[in-house]
Amino acid sequence: MRPILLSGHERSLTQIKFNSDGDLLFSVSKDKIVCAWWSANGERLGTYNGHQGAVWTVDVSPNTILLATGSADNTVRLWNVKTGECVKVWEFSTAVKRVAFSPDGSRLLAVTEKRMGFNGTIAVLDINYGENLSAQATEPTLTIVCEESKATVAGWSFLGKYIIAGHEDGSVSQYDPKSGEQVENVQIHEFDSQITDIQFAPDRLSFITASKDKSAKLLSSRNLAILKTYISDTPLNTASVTPKKDFVILGGGQAAMDVTTTSARQGKFEARFYHRVFEDECGRVRGHFGPLNTIDVHPAGTAYASGGEDGYVRVHHFDKAYFDFMYEVEREQARK
Amino acid sequence: MAPSFDTLSEQDLHEEEEEEIDFSDLKEQYEVKVEEGLDTFIVIDGLPVVPEDSRQKLVKFLLRKLNSVGSTSEDAVFMPVNDKKMTEGFAFVEYETPEMAVAAVKQLHGVPLDKKHIMAVNKLMDIERYGREGRIDEEYKPPVPEPFKEKEHLRSWMGDASARDQFALYRNDKVGVFWNNKTNPPENVVDRAHWTQLFVQWSPKGTFLASVHPQGVQLWGGESFSKQKQFPHPFVQLIEFSPLEGYLTTWSARPIQVEEGQPILTYEEDGKNIIIWDIETGKPLRSFVSHDLAAPADIEGSDVAPKKKVQWPAFKWSSDEKYVARMLQGQSLSIYELPNMNLLGRTSVKIEGAMDFEWSPATVAREGIKQYEQLLCFWTPEIGSNPARVGMMSVPSKEVVRTRNLFNVSDVKLHWQSQGAYVCVKVDRHSKSKKSMATNLEIFRVREKGVPVEVVDSLKDTVINFAWEPNGSRFVVIANGEAPTGAAVLPKTSVSFFAPEKKGYTAGNFKLVRTIEKKTSNGIYWSPKGRFVIVATVHSQTSFDMDFWDLDFEGEKIEAEKDLAANLQLMKTVEHYGVTDVDWDSTGRYVVSSASVWTHSMENGWNMHTFSGTTLSENPTEKFKQFLWRPRPATLLSKEEQKQVRKNLREYSKEFDEEDKYAVDIANTAVVETRKRVLSEWVAWLRREKELLAEEKEAFNLPEDADSPTAASDARPVVEDQGDSVVEEIVEEIIEETEEVIG
Repeated sequence: MRPILLSGHERSLTQIKFNSDGDLLFSVSKDKIVCAWWSANGERLGTYNGHQGAVWTVDVSPNTILLATGSADNTVRLWNVKTGECVKVWEFSTAVKRVAFSPDGSRLLAVTEKRMGFNGTIAVLDINYGENLSAQATEPTLTIVCEESKATVAGWSFLGKYIIAGHEDGSVSQYDPKSGEQVENVQIHEFDSQITDIQFAPDRLSFITASKDKSAKLLSSRNLAILKTYISDTPLNTASVTPKKDFVILGGGQAAMDVTTTSARQGKFEARFYHRVFEDECGRVRGHFGPLNTIDVHPAGTAYASGGEDGYVRVHHFDKAYFDFMYEVEREQARK
Repeated sequence: MAPSFDTLSEQDLHEEEEEEIDFSDLKEQYEVKVEEGLDTFIVIDGLPVVPEDSRQKLVKFLLRKLNSVGSTSEDAVFMPVNDKKMTEGFAFVEYETPEMAVAAVKQLHGVPLDKKHIMAVNKLMDIERYGREGRIDEEYKPPVPEPFKEKEHLRSWMGDASARDQFALYRNDKVGVFWNNKTNPPENVVDRAHWTQLFVQWSPKGTFLASVHPQGVQLWGGESFSKQKQFPHPFVQLIEFSPLEGYLTTWSARPIQVEEGQPILTYEEDGKNIIIWDIETGKPLRSFVSHDLAAPADIEGSDVAPKKKVQWPAFKWSSDEKYVARMLQGQSLSIYELPNMNLLGRTSVKIEGAMDFEWSPATVAREGIKQYEQLLCFWTPEIGSNPARVGMMSVPSKEVVRTRNLFNVSDVKLHWQSQGAYVCVKVDRHSKSKKSMATNLEIFRVREKGVPVEVVDSLKDTVINFAWEPNGSRFVVIANGEAPTGAAVLPKTSVSFFAPEKKGYTAGNFKLVRTIEKKTSNGIYWSPKGRFVIVATVHSQTSFDMDFWDLDFEGEKIEAEKDLAANLQLMKTVEHYGVTDVDWDSTGRYVVSSASVWTHSMENGWNMHTFSGTTLSENPTEKFKQFLWRPRPATLLSKEEQKQVRKNLREYSKEFDEEDKYAVDIANTAVVETRKRVLSEWVAWLRREKELLAEEKEAFNLPEDADSPTAASDARPVVEDQGDSVVEEIVEEIIEETEEVIG
């Protein structure tokens, strides 16, 4: 499993995202640049220039027509994937930490930071895919204000039925995207250990959370019940669920500022594979020499990519052994 | 709430409920009578009865004794005379201060005045208090014995069916005791938060687990680790058990301040640092002020006084626990007899310049010596023109039975072999110019006639570590090579193995077996049963290897070493990042390497290995502090029985192998069963959710594929449902076309 090293960023990666076909990979970093890559060979397709601050987040619409990015310059920008032109800029009062398209692509959510007297919010924007991509609504259709603990990450459940957000205090909430009401709030991670990532399983029935409390949890989107818990030995920054095979991939590592000697061995800068059902650790992939900030899996489950504090993106295409790996009980069930 | 020393109250110490106690007698006894003030008076009884004329003489004679503990005068002694002009045999004395009176009672009571008369000295107050009519019941009433309470068996852990060992684990704020289950996770016996404040320690035979608190030391034992004994030494910092678990030494840097109402400590202990306790009774035997070791040589130009080092263990025990000794560095050795803690022969042994001493760890019989003796070794440095000296002393005779003079000595370390058969004196010597150092090993053969000394001086470098094989006659030394410039790199060391030559029944001369150069090792850890030894690099960030050596390898032997009683073989090298401690279990089957947060905070935890270096489990543990195997008492089997067991080992091991296999099978089935269950639960959950999802889609009037990417959604194609489809495309290509006209 020889990785492809994508070195196009000058500062640490913040998020990476495959498109729905898996042929493209988008990466954003603190160096203000948004990159698009061919996932198969690691060639850079182009960049989207315009942000004035560190870019925190990226998401691509399900039909790969539009790209949304959120940045520390307090804007969400919408790009034409094909041409690289910026079609829309939304201004917010604080930095945007997370953007996510709804499963049908008709809506976009943006999580804003709590700062300078402004509460953290989750804004929902309607997205239009007509002839003229610039014709977008200027105001959010809905703004959810997080008064208690700010949301750090958010995403859409199956059918876009709920907005699910992870908070700074280690809790997860479920919101109704029509009314903006909080349906539920569950403290699933240790109190005050920030939830650093939420990613949904392909069917969006469940999602995985990564937290600074060194664990990741698989939750039901419907009722926020904890289905599985994956325990690691390092603070986690990201977690992802693999399609095709039942694995989850966790990434993290001691933050550089917390480590006295930043040797790679001490930092635990490895991607960890856990079995989704049995919660066992099955393997690790080394390579980064800084903490892993973001992981995304190819939609077909044939590859995954990780972006690190070290400024590199590593794309790994799985080899045969990965697909052959099976627990005895799984094999038994497959035979039935 | 787990029982811990913190939560103990005074009531726990007294065990009774307060309401049930009738205090009236105590109140009467301790009532303060302000007007009296008779604290300075004592009453002396048992004096000779003399005529009035000689009274003056007697008083003068008496005064000599009385003034030895305080000050009083002739006027203050009142000796009444009866009608027959004879004294009554008692006297009243007034001292200047009440303290003097107390001292007089303490020191003069029961002291003989002459051959016939023994003084009985009491406080006047006490006579008043107890002597009054009705205060003391005239008739003797035997105390009612407390009803017998069954106590937990203190050695219950020895009865484990599969002879597992226990260990104590101290991490974060919790201390737990576990059974070692080899590769399986250890089985918990007890786990208590805040069980100790400083550290935990097993007693040498494993009977008690000691926890250390500001209030004192608490011993725990029995199956449930219930409270056994308490030793309330305030702010205790260090503890040490005697080898047979009879006594406990505790030390605190703070001198003890005895407060009123303390039930155990008395004024004797006031201002002392060290207490020697009797574990059985829980009472202090004797207390001492600690001697500080001479501070290390003053660094020039520094104004700060160098820190004093505490001498620990302050008291060293003879192997039979009958004697305990303490050295006053450079001056003398005080040997105390147990259990009364009196100074042996009433005097300390003067040893000019004494630097260090060690008791023999076992009772040895020197050849030709019939009477019972314990041996100890000591050394003195060069003083003036006198050479440095190593001496061996026999106790209780306090005779120095063997000495050896040494020259150019920088430092000496004394290493007894575990059975007391040898003492290795490691002598660090400097050359005349004091520029280069070398080490001599002088080995005393204690059991042989006249205690001959053998010198092993093939070592040019300074030896930094030395260890005898337990119950054996081989040893390992680690010598320091030249330290490379730049302090970050560890100096290279060389590891040397020594074994005696094969020579009939007795061990021959010690010879070098092999030297392994270019190591970084600094620790030697012998298996408690001998034969296997781990040579490790500990307390280092850059190297952390552990070499597992076998000294009786059963394979072929190197020709050059065939005369030596050893066949050296490196079995395995294991790495454990940041290892700080290596501990063998007392059976020599398992060994644990651990990295304690007390030394550094990187990758703390402990790893379990077999004696041959196979790693059984790795246990990274946050804030890991201590791993301690529970020691075992000596075996009860006789030598013959042990031999028998060794002979039939194969048969026994067959039984155990089967047991192991069975256990593994069971465990495997259990794992498979749980996995099956978990998987079927997961599949069921998924199916249920999908059904719900389908229903919802219907309710929303969405097409079946509303969530699939074709409908402009970003849900990923669910590949496993469709399977990889093979698209076959037939392309026809015309390669050549010719036209022929027929006919």
